[in-house]
Amino acid sequence: MGAFVGKPIKRREDARFLKGAGKYTDDLKLHGMTQLAFVRSPFAHAKILSVDTSKALQAKGVVAVYTAADGCGEFGVPCGWQVDFKNGETMREPVHPLLAKDKIRHVGEAVAAVVAETLEEARDAAELVEVDYDPLPAVTDPEKAMSKDAPLVHDQWEDNAAFDWCIGNDRAEVEAALAGAHHVTEMEFRNQRLAPNAIEPRSYISDYDVNADKWTLYTSTQNPHLIRLLLCAFVLGIPEHKVRVVSHDVGGGFGSKIYHYTEEALVTWISREIGRPVKWTADRSEAFLTDAHGRDHMVRAKMGFDKEGKILGILSDEYCAMGAYLSTFAPAVPTYLHGTLFQGVYTTPLIHLNVTAPFTHTVPVDAYRGAGRPEATYLLERIISKGAQEMGIDAAEIRFKNFIPPFDGVNQEGYQTQVALQYDSGNYEATLKRGLEMLGYEDFRKEQEKARNNGNGKLLGVGISTYIEGCGIAPSAVVGALGARAGLYEVGQVRVQPTGKVSVYTGAHSHGQGHETVFAQFVADALGIPMDDVEIEHGDTEQVAFGMGTYGSRSLAVGGSAIIKSIEKILEKGAKIAAHKLEASEADLEYADGKWTVKGTDKSISFGDVSLTAYVPHDYPEGLEPGLDFSSFYDPTNFTYPFGTHIAVVEVDKETGKVDLKRFVACDDVGNVMNPMIVDGQIHGGIAQGVGQALLEEVIYDDQGQMISGSYMDYALPRADDLPMIETDRTVTPCPHNPLGVKGAGEAGAIGSTPAVVNAVVDALSHLGVTDIQMPLTPQRVWKAMQN
Amino acid sequence: MKISIKVNGVSHSHDIEPRISLAQYLREELQLTGTHIGCDTSGCGSCTILIDGDAVKSCTVLAVQADGCEVTTIEGMANGSGMHPIQEAFKEHHGLQCGFCTPGMVMTAAEIIKANPNPTEAEIRDGLKGNFCRCTGYHNIVKSIQHAAEQIQS
Repeated sequence: MGAFVGKPIKRREDARFLKGAGKYTDDLKLHGMTQLAFVRSPFAHAKILSVDTSKALQAKGVVAVYTAADGCGEFGVPCGWQVDFKNGETMREPVHPLLAKDKIRHVGEAVAAVVAETLEEARDAAELVEVDYDPLPAVTDPEKAMSKDAPLVHDQWEDNAAFDWCIGNDRAEVEAALAGAHHVTEMEFRNQRLAPNAIEPRSYISDYDVNADKWTLYTSTQNPHLIRLLLCAFVLGIPEHKVRVVSHDVGGGFGSKIYHYTEEALVTWISREIGRPVKWTADRSEAFLTDAHGRDHMVRAKMGFDKEGKILGILSDEYCAMGAYLSTFAPAVPTYLHGTLFQGVYTTPLIHLNVTAPFTHTVPVDAYRGAGRPEATYLLERIISKGAQEMGIDAAEIRFKNFIPPFDGVNQEGYQTQVALQYDSGNYEATLKRGLEMLGYEDFRKEQEKARNNGNGKLLGVGISTYIEGCGIAPSAVVGALGARAGLYEVGQVRVQPTGKVSVYTGAHSHGQGHETVFAQFVADALGIPMDDVEIEHGDTEQVAFGMGTYGSRSLAVGGSAIIKSIEKILEKGAKIAAHKLEASEADLEYADGKWTVKGTDKSISFGDVSLTAYVPHDYPEGLEPGLDFSSFYDPTNFTYPFGTHIAVVEVDKETGKVDLKRFVACDDVGNVMNPMIVDGQIHGGIAQGVGQALLEEVIYDDQGQMISGSYMDYALPRADDLPMIETDRTVTPCPHNPLGVKGAGEAGAIGSTPAVVNAVVDALSHLGVTDIQMPLTPQRVWKAMQN
Repeated sequence: MKISIKVNGVSHSHDIEPRISLAQYLREELQLTGTHIGCDTSGCGSCTILIDGDAVKSCTVLAVQADGCEVTTIEGMANGSGMHPIQEAFKEHHGLQCGFCTPGMVMTAAEIIKANPNPTEAEIRDGLKGNFCRCTGYHNIVKSIQHAAEQIQS
């Protein structure tokens, strides 16, 4: 361990944020900037009969009004992943227009864009645009969308399926195993639709420079290079080298800011039309109506056990909503990010998942923190606990019976799952043992029994979840074979300045994760120099050569590895320069503490002196290029597989059904840890979101496709008093296939926590015969469950 | 309408549209962009500032209503180039991640500590009910405020 890695170094980012000096997109005000407001459909499904913009064009301050008739981006925004039907039919991929043309397919779809001098004038004028709609019946439920009489979202196809898909063993084989099982546990539930709710709404500014014929797009994205590629090559057909995409401070993403959105393309197009900068920032209503949502799976599953509680097989049939159009990563979420996790941490010999993914008259669904893995984990961790409950086996005991034995991926091979992937390294029972110890499991059971009998109106419950997830997305060839249309490597450039100061350019993007600090920690250690000598740059396509952005807990595992590759090249070249200056053989040098030393002597040369020599090459190795600046692409050889144990303790009010989360214990294993303070923070935040899904959050559309949870009065985000202090610990099982040994920590909290909370509530009510409650576990649902 | 407001100790006079919110006024007219707008409907608390010493959601106050008031925004919390003990405590305890809700959290923390110099965890959580953070799970925000209260006490 070096001077910085593994230490809770305070963040460099904090001073600017704490002083209100962060620069989020909406904070920017460019000279001559105009403001954009949208006219959005109040209907979920309707024909557009006419759009009259004449009054709006006359309004004060209006610069221009655009509709689909103006021909902006007629190819629409593309989908980045192709999952074809089981029968070989190509995935159905409708055009996702920048402005709706003839038909509306979800509430909030934009029909017209109004540009004015001020935001107030743009909004005033938007109200003057007259749109004549012919409303049509809508379908928002993924299962109903596949019924014979369902209204068609895209009427060029005979039904609403975008694709269907399956993974795992032969279905008949799994069914036979279930038929012969000692016990079969069944579940039917909706993994409900969630709104990611980054607190910073999406915001875009495009600045077109007429004289240079160049754009600068300021955007609140997790993914600046991919946005540029999609925008230029697929949507607008403009040259990529003419567009600079900048995304500096971004106020949270959680997946919702990965995707290329229509508004981003539209501001880019409009700024060229009007020759002025144009800004659009979503208000919260627009965020609810137009940010990609998460989850929304209808699940029917069965798990078979032998009489000892060993799992014999699992079968799941799911309807997974895509929404009105296919968002950037949408098809990957209920398939390759979901089905591939059905092994969980168990030796389950037979697995089959069957997915039908329909279009619905809703905003598109895409990856939200965890993306497919929370849905898999929820099913596995609920059904194994329900099985244990039905068979009278302890929830911890049944897990110990079924765990994959420990393997480090070096001395023991990785674990080959039934669902395509090979786990890198794991020690699942260790996190459960530690979690139970942190909780005081045995004592808790006594306390629970006492609470049931003491008549104070409160019931106690404990819920366990032992999760695994696939991170470090992803080996390009593997995801390419699975339908990804892009590589998922990362780029890291290390530029040593003549004075030995180091600028690092990463294609990963920080929107809360603290890369400016964490990346500087491991770079400083790898070079043996002070952290103050290292600066991390990200979020600007003109600074950073290329990148694939941040999602899938990939920044360190993939982005960090690319930087390490560049550092290796720096040290290799530096050694040549050092050998020349020291008049020694390279083989006789060793590098440590920021200097090359001739082994066994006190002859050395510092990193700074070698750097200066590289840029002032007067006394220099023959044939060697000057300069010390390397860029690398790192393509991982496998995913990484963090895992852990989450345990929730709840108190349920017998009279009201209100659930009070009393304790939350998490023992996670995210591989090597660069900064424990930041890892803990990621775990805390993920857990809060997972608890939100379990107890509070749900996007609800009514039968007409109206969203009736589209504000903070209606959509219950977790508040400070919904959560306890979170008790964290970790085990460390390094990733064997990347240089830092890291696995990723961004999503673990959201993946492990949800079933732990629901298991705890069901456990509290188990003596009443309750075996399941649908999420979110509102007081009403819990109270009803107690009455039955 | 003409208004005169003292913001972070500096007097400002402007002729503004009556419908402009105080949050917009601070951001657009005064370029004090540390006050963030997360929902514009009092839901999220990112726009929390102090008016005459009390924490208020500035998206739901018209700028004209603040005529004659003294306003403190996040930019006015610290004296000079340093940081206020609350800001220091947030840094020390990793009470922020993306930073967007942070100015509102710091201003609300100031109100919590002003009203109750020695708040319990439950009192802090109760005081934070009007402010959303989607990143931290509130754990480190609560710790930051506990620590800030201790620092201010001593």
